[in-house]
Amino acid sequence: MPIVQDTSAYKNVWVFAEQRQGKLMPVVIELLGEGKKLANEIGTQVCAILLGHNVDGLAKELISYGADKVYLGQDELLEKFTTDGYTNVIAEAITEIKPEIVLMGATHIGRDLAPRVAARVDTGLTADCTQLEIDPEDKKILQTRPAFGGNIMATIICEKHRPQMSTVRTGVMDKAHKDDSRTGEIIKLDVRLEKKDIRTDVVEIVKAMKEIVSLTDADFIVSGGRGIGNQEGFELIKKLADKLGGVVGSSRACVDAGWIEHSHQVGQTGTTVKPQIYIACGISGAIQHLAGMQSSDLIIAINKNANAPIFDVADYGIVGDLYDVVPKLIEAIGNAEELVAALK
Amino acid sequence: MKIIVCVKQVPDTNEVRIDPIKGTLIREGVPSILNPDDANALEEALILKDKYDDVHVTVLTMGPPQADEMLRECLAMGADDAIHLSGREFAGGDTWATSNAIAAAIDKVVGEYDIIFAGRQAIDGDTAQVGPQIAERLGIAQVTYVQKVDVNGNELTIERQLEDGYEVIKAQTPILLTAIKETNTPRYMYVKGIYDAYKEKEVKVCSFADLGIEQDEVGLKASPTRVRRSFVPTPKGKGVMLEGTAKEMAEKVAISLKQKHLI
Repeated sequence: MPIVQDTSAYKNVWVFAEQRQGKLMPVVIELLGEGKKLANEIGTQVCAILLGHNVDGLAKELISYGADKVYLGQDELLEKFTTDGYTNVIAEAITEIKPEIVLMGATHIGRDLAPRVAARVDTGLTADCTQLEIDPEDKKILQTRPAFGGNIMATIICEKHRPQMSTVRTGVMDKAHKDDSRTGEIIKLDVRLEKKDIRTDVVEIVKAMKEIVSLTDADFIVSGGRGIGNQEGFELIKKLADKLGGVVGSSRACVDAGWIEHSHQVGQTGTTVKPQIYIACGISGAIQHLAGMQSSDLIIAINKNANAPIFDVADYGIVGDLYDVVPKLIEAIGNAEELVAALK
Repeated sequence: MKIIVCVKQVPDTNEVRIDPIKGTLIREGVPSILNPDDANALEEALILKDKYDDVHVTVLTMGPPQADEMLRECLAMGADDAIHLSGREFAGGDTWATSNAIAAAIDKVVGEYDIIFAGRQAIDGDTAQVGPQIAERLGIAQVTYVQKVDVNGNELTIERQLEDGYEVIKAQTPILLTAIKETNTPRYMYVKGIYDAYKEKEVKVCSFADLGIEQDEVGLKASPTRVRRSFVPTPKGKGVMLEGTAKEMAEKVAISLKQKHLI
């Protein structure tokens, strides 16, 4: 069993500033926003730990997003993410500097790195948190996450080990605001890495020309049903999906009609999905379709028939012709920022 | 070549229901299945076994006695033998304690290996932490989210999935790889395989005593994390039917999505 530590020796909230090809991942800005909130409640600072090669500019960016300190580890060997390289440097920094809380984005990199670091420094790690709070009594962090396919939520604590570590689901926390007048300290980490420490060699990074339909992983799904009337209707569905950076889904009726391939089908005989936003266009809502999408975080239904069962599971129901509504929705999404600003 | 595949028996979370009064999970009558990502991990090992002559595939699980059924399924798919780590001592462990127990079993019971495959994550906990933490305990390299792997002797060329593409990685054995749905399509059990799984092949049952580690290194006691409370997410109330012109309704939706940081 790992040694129970003197928890009072551990201070500050750290955010892993994941960068790829010299650009910060969007989740880092969310973590800084959330990290600041937590740090204020405990009365400590929020710090970023940034690894890479020639990334000094990003350190300043992190400060403008609210980092009080940036721990900067630079080395040629850290240019691309490798489990070994990043684990060595971060675990060493944690052991030496002793942060109280460490947050990482639950990206494909964060979910590779965080468990390895947690095991190395012998502490607990809570995966894919959707809510973080500070317990007002003992100032420990309460980490809430979904389990059992989202059927249950669990609040996890890390009692006697430090740091308290979480990976945080992307797109959930409020982003930090940028303020270029902010000041902060940049502290260089002493990177002691050798080539032989890194046992995986990233020889190429390939950007996908995303045509693969991955309904299960999609954050946004726009589905068409019988109400689109013909195969060409999916062009409009795709326009809306593209606007959101999402993928096209379909009801069984359209697949049976041969308008779209089966790989797009949502429902009991297709794919079960749980995106952040599901937009059902011209889908009446047969039970087999509802079974595959009703646990989506937010459902928007557009249908001519006000009595369509799809409206029973929708967060927002729009009774109308999808050919009238969808183009206006695409436009409104494009102007969302201005629309919100106009409210104030 | 010796391959270990780490597998877990999980409740089929698609079938899990909630007791509306007690607010707890109803586990009764919920089928237990081989964790889907683990089936992809096993399939990848079996593909290598089909391709090369000298491949031996051992499946390894930690779980209650009924996990035997899942191990037999793995044997029926084509694994050579199975190890079942079972005992009260392991109960309630978080990923730190679980990976500790599994790594100790690999060390003490399995011995030599070239590749360890695991599923990316299990559908009950969804943590994706046990694989990397086993690799850390064993001190070997890891590649997670493996969508493709070519093995040539002890040299591996791996495609690691990213959110917007993939990395091509070169590495050597020994290594731990985690498989995803996109890695392959798992095969079905076959009739002769099912017969062999029960008559010819062995499931070796191991207990805590076989691991040569201390009691406080596994299970709930060794776990840095604790569940303080669990609850059922508040069910969604019936939503709102928007009113107005198409343009007004579209704008209401866009504003709400923006305010919820969804767009």
